Amino acid sequence: MFPVSTQVLFGQLLVGLINGSFYALLALGFAVIFGLLGIINVAQGTFYMIGAFVGWMLLNYLGLGYWWGIVLSPIIAGLLGMALEKTLISRMYKLDHIYGLLLTYGLMMFIMGMFIYFFATAPRPYPVPAELRGGYNLGFMFLPTYRAWVVLVSIVFCFGTWYVIERTPVGRNLRAATENPMLTRAFGINVPALLTFGFGIGVALAGLAGILAGPIYSVSPLMGGDLVIVVFAVVVVGGMQSILGAIVTGLALGVLEGFTKVFYPQGANMVIFVIMFIVLMVKPAGLFGQEK
Amino acid sequence: MPAPATPDIAAAAPRTATYAWYALGALVLLAVPYFVYPLFAAKVLCYCLFACAFNLLLGTSGLLSFGHAAFFGSAAYVAGHALKVWGLPFELAAVLGMLAATALGFVFGLVSIRRHGLYFAMVTLALAQMIYFLAFQLPFTHAEDGLTAVPRGKILGLFDLNNLYVLYYTTAAVFTLGYLLIARITHSNFGQILKAIRENQPRMISLGYSVNNYKLVVFILSAALSGLAGATRTMVVQLASTVDVHWATSGDVILMALLGGVGTLFGPVIGGVLVESLQFYLADSGLPIPAVIGAIFVVCILLFRHGIVGEITRLMSRKH
Repeated sequence: MFPVSTQVLFGQLLVGLINGSFYALLALGFAVIFGLLGIINVAQGTFYMIGAFVGWMLLNYLGLGYWWGIVLSPIIAGLLGMALEKTLISRMYKLDHIYGLLLTYGLMMFIMGMFIYFFATAPRPYPVPAELRGGYNLGFMFLPTYRAWVVLVSIVFCFGTWYVIERTPVGRNLRAATENPMLTRAFGINVPALLTFGFGIGVALAGLAGILAGPIYSVSPLMGGDLVIVVFAVVVVGGMQSILGAIVTGLALGVLEGFTKVFYPQGANMVIFVIMFIVLMVKPAGLFGQEK
Repeated sequence: MPAPATPDIAAAAPRTATYAWYALGALVLLAVPYFVYPLFAAKVLCYCLFACAFNLLLGTSGLLSFGHAAFFGSAAYVAGHALKVWGLPFELAAVLGMLAATALGFVFGLVSIRRHGLYFAMVTLALAQMIYFLAFQLPFTHAEDGLTAVPRGKILGLFDLNNLYVLYYTTAAVFTLGYLLIARITHSNFGQILKAIRENQPRMISLGYSVNNYKLVVFILSAALSGLAGATRTMVVQLASTVDVHWATSGDVILMALLGGVGTLFGPVIGGVLVESLQFYLADSGLPIPAVIGAIFVVCILLFRHGIVGEITRLMSRKH
């Protein structure tokens, strides 16, 4: 039926699913930040890189392993994000939104440049933890345990974030602050603190994706640079402010990219952008977005 | 964009002063190669033209494109191919490069002007990334190697462009042509209508202007002139590579316009000279160039959003 073996097909689908998990985590964080602050965070890929580097540094400087890393990396990335929001990004809220984009672009260049300066661009290996080595033979394919773990953690955190935002009091406050910050303040809710918190969450999701990616793609200062543009395309396809759209589109486009690698390898890098092109022509607000 | 409300020097000053500025500019342009290495000066002029072309879009219509490297780079490739493989003279290669950029600008514009503001920036960036990946795939771009050792040929079939002074003055002529065209467009009725659209789009729609057509035309013009800059640069540095279509090039040109002054005619020229000189002198210092560029970006946005020319114009108009 297919000109390819099921082994190859499912192998690439798994790679697609893993990339899709990273797209989903990054796009989700991006959508949270954009929805709440109106800031296009170009540095989202940089925080992904920072998340991976924090894990690598914990291991190599302090001897703290993967399980420390997966807890501490998102927190440290998040705290760094919150510090940047408090000192720099919060100054952009009253200006045209474009300045927020340009500021985060400058921050991305700065942070990436400094990492290249201190760590050079060669990828550094980051080992898979002992508990997650090996894999399962599913009959039609071999499933490495770590890859299953990545997909599982991403999906749990994506839908966890969705649940917190849509179904809990904290999320209600966040959504209120997005809809009408003035009125939310009038109810005695500390909106600026909420914005800082929201930025931290969005960035922490990128940090989480980074540490998850470390053992698969190795750690390098360049790892987030091109990824963020894919995330842009994902978010445009999903609909800019849609949380669910970001998650579903991220996973779906990752899988689609995996498929393309099997059937038309030359187009694999471009397929997501082609989809974006088509969606913009047909439904400019995105698949899950609402036309304003 | 936000429109730093800075009147253009040329628009605000009386006629005679304008001519004096142009005369001074022409003198500087003629004298430069006797003080600066002509090849470097020619390269800088290409980026200045690129920045002006980018600013034509941003300054008049307020649309921030994050994908102008696609026009610059694809024209660079097409012109490089025409010079090297087809052996065409520079004049024809530049026209072909411009045509490629124009066609690409039409397609990009058609899709991206459906969204404005932030969406527009993101969409142009993502579209440009497609071109970046294409540059790795197409047979004539030679992937990572790029087009190297592109021959310069002769200008008008007479003067050898390998003579650095001929090279410089040819580039200066291209730059002047592009700059004057951009100035003419900015001050034309068309340019004024674009500014009105930027200030109040709903009103312009209700007045019966087909807003999207105006935006599309200026987008295409900006793409074509960026292509002219890219094609000329390929001839000057004899190279077209994936760096030219990378998003960092789109970022650099934004910085040039921002640093010099968005919406001013002359600002991007200053910005282009500064950014290019900086990269040239930093190359030997061992400092991380992207980090320095990033830091300038941040400082520029936090402290002087109107850019150098913009801030000077503001100070001057405050005195009166």
